[in-house]
Amino acid sequence: MSEARPLGGKIFTLTFSICLIISGIALYFTAKRFIFGIGSVANLNDGYPWGIWIAYDVVVGTAFACGGYVMALLVYVINKGEYHPLVRPALLASMFGYTLAGVSVFLDIGRYFHAYNLYLPWQMNFHSVMFEVAMCIGTYILVLWLEFAPAFTEKWKLEKYRKFLDKIIFALIGLGVLLPTMHQSSLGTMMLMAGFKLDPLWHSSTLPLLFLLTAVIMGFAMVVFEATIASRVYNLGDETSMLAKVSRIMSWVLGFYLVVRLQNIFMRGEMGHAFSGSFLGNMFLLENFLLILGFIILTFMRNNLTPRLLFIAAAVILAGGSLFRFNTYIIGYDPGTGWNYFPSVGEQMITYGLIAMEIAAYTLFVKYFPVFSAHEPAVSTK
Amino acid sequence: MKIKRRDFLKGAAGSMALLAMDGKTAQARTVQALPPEAVGILFDSTLCVGCNACMTACKKANNKLPDYAEGEDIWDKPVDLSPNTLNVIKRFTSGTAENKDVEVDGYAFIKRQCLHCIDPSCVTACPVSALVKDNENGIVTYNKNACIGCRYCQVACPYNIPKFDFNDVYPEIVKCQLCDHLIAEGKVSACCSVCPTGASLFGKVTDLIVETRRRLQMVPGELYDFPVTAINSGASHKYKAPEYIPHVYGKEELGGTQVMYMSAVGFENFGLPTYPKESFVSMSSGIQYAIYKGMVYPLVVLAGLVFMVKKNKQQEEEKAAEKSQEKKEDSHE
Repeated sequence: MSEARPLGGKIFTLTFSICLIISGIALYFTAKRFIFGIGSVANLNDGYPWGIWIAYDVVVGTAFACGGYVMALLVYVINKGEYHPLVRPALLASMFGYTLAGVSVFLDIGRYFHAYNLYLPWQMNFHSVMFEVAMCIGTYILVLWLEFAPAFTEKWKLEKYRKFLDKIIFALIGLGVLLPTMHQSSLGTMMLMAGFKLDPLWHSSTLPLLFLLTAVIMGFAMVVFEATIASRVYNLGDETSMLAKVSRIMSWVLGFYLVVRLQNIFMRGEMGHAFSGSFLGNMFLLENFLLILGFIILTFMRNNLTPRLLFIAAAVILAGGSLFRFNTYIIGYDPGTGWNYFPSVGEQMITYGLIAMEIAAYTLFVKYFPVFSAHEPAVSTK
Repeated sequence: MKIKRRDFLKGAAGSMALLAMDGKTAQARTVQALPPEAVGILFDSTLCVGCNACMTACKKANNKLPDYAEGEDIWDKPVDLSPNTLNVIKRFTSGTAENKDVEVDGYAFIKRQCLHCIDPSCVTACPVSALVKDNENGIVTYNKNACIGCRYCQVACPYNIPKFDFNDVYPEIVKCQLCDHLIAEGKVSACCSVCPTGASLFGKVTDLIVETRRRLQMVPGELYDFPVTAINSGASHKYKAPEYIPHVYGKEELGGTQVMYMSAVGFENFGLPTYPKESFVSMSSGIQYAIYKGMVYPLVVLAGLVFMVKKNKQQEEEKAAEKSQEKKEDSHE
């Protein structure tokens, strides 16, 4: 049994209301998109068929939502039970992150009524990376809701369902670790096909590995980021020592990532391009500067990490990881032939709306459902 | 800790469900060599006079609307491929643009359309097999009833061919399908059937390749027969052989294409990129295959994960149970 309980308190806070307003604006643009077509809202074009709805909402958004994945990996697979209190909040954020990524895909695909074709065995293309990603994300959204379901059964005292869930939850958790491992790496494989359109600073056969590693890194960073904010906002007490330990693990993965990333650029002789002062070169440098900055804070200051420093480290790592993914999907992508793309206001508003919905739903759920554990001071048990 | 038989079966059932996905595979990425009856087009830039008859015929054959130039709605005037234009004649010019088929102060025409790759990225990319390559004639066709509009084909196509009408409420992917509906009736692609000079020449790809060799061996300035409409049509014109550059575009690019180009000016002038012989498809799908072949690795990993979780979860529950036991005892005291 989890010792989590609902936080209670006022639902309609200022944050919640602002989020609702932004969501409302996004709903307006969503309606417009469905009535008049994608072109009436977005700046997408034949050269840049994918914009921020894919690059942010799906590619970056699901990496932000990898908190549930990494915490499940840490707690249930690597058996670090001490981090248990972090699991359910992370799962909650993942659940909304992935669900809204799914919503975003639905806005983005042009022929949504035909989406059922993904589930017709004779239409499935098993060679398609897109197919694998679509299947994994679709299934994972379901798995996340089921993984979070114990919070519902506890809240509504559904003993029968709780017992049933208890019996199968280990399989769900196993799937919940496998699926992100698969599709997060595939998000990298996806852009290999873009071939010459993607700048060599990003087009590399290590993309699948780099995407998997950034998913893990950003998942950890998001756990730290969220927990820090949540403990401030909801007065949950100091979790710094537990978060610092999570950060230690994150810094190891990040170090490995940086070695792979930079070694690969050296090996392919692209370092000159990176330092050429070109726009793309600078984007590459910025992306890695942010990650290295986070790495330095976490490794060289690990003995005197304050909550503030930890938060900054998590934030720059999230920014660097996001930039890597943005660079791979939009900024480093150039189809030639003079096309260009910058997201329109409507397009951006839909993305902001999805983020706002995520925050609003999160704040609602933590008050209504048992998410945060009644706080015990984070003592290291082992 | 032992795995109970029941639990093992539960895990196995889940694994079987995943395994079943590999059972029936759509015929999506099977053709990597030239299909036996592959048909295509040889476009000879030196023969093209820029009359645009092919573009008009294409629109008629495929029921497409005109693309008006800005500010006028008099005639069809597309500047590039579009959701209404499956085939477009474009012109390269340099300097004073006086002489045809020379790079300095000259001009030349190119016909842009789907090249019907032998190893098409779009077909591999498409998650729902809406784009498929025919096993016999090698034509890459589109099925709007399957397409979900994800546009991965647009990202994947190395020639930027598939188009999507973003201003349409419920758009389709649009690209040349080599008039497969006409070919089924024993006719040839509309663009070739109207081409007055034989610049667009329809035929079996193997025959067209033989023809390219013949043309590359011609002595510039001498008179030769050039077939019109289709390579086996029997009709031909006599022209003086031009000075071809010794390269047939599409013969080897990214594994080869069924539509090929010959020209007297470098292909880079037409915006046709220089490509290696290996397709980007084989690179990315190579990785994908290695990991997901038969779903073996994922299933092994899943089995391992489920086992670990089960074990750890049980330990945790035991601990929790002990704890609550202690608590109860405490409260009793």
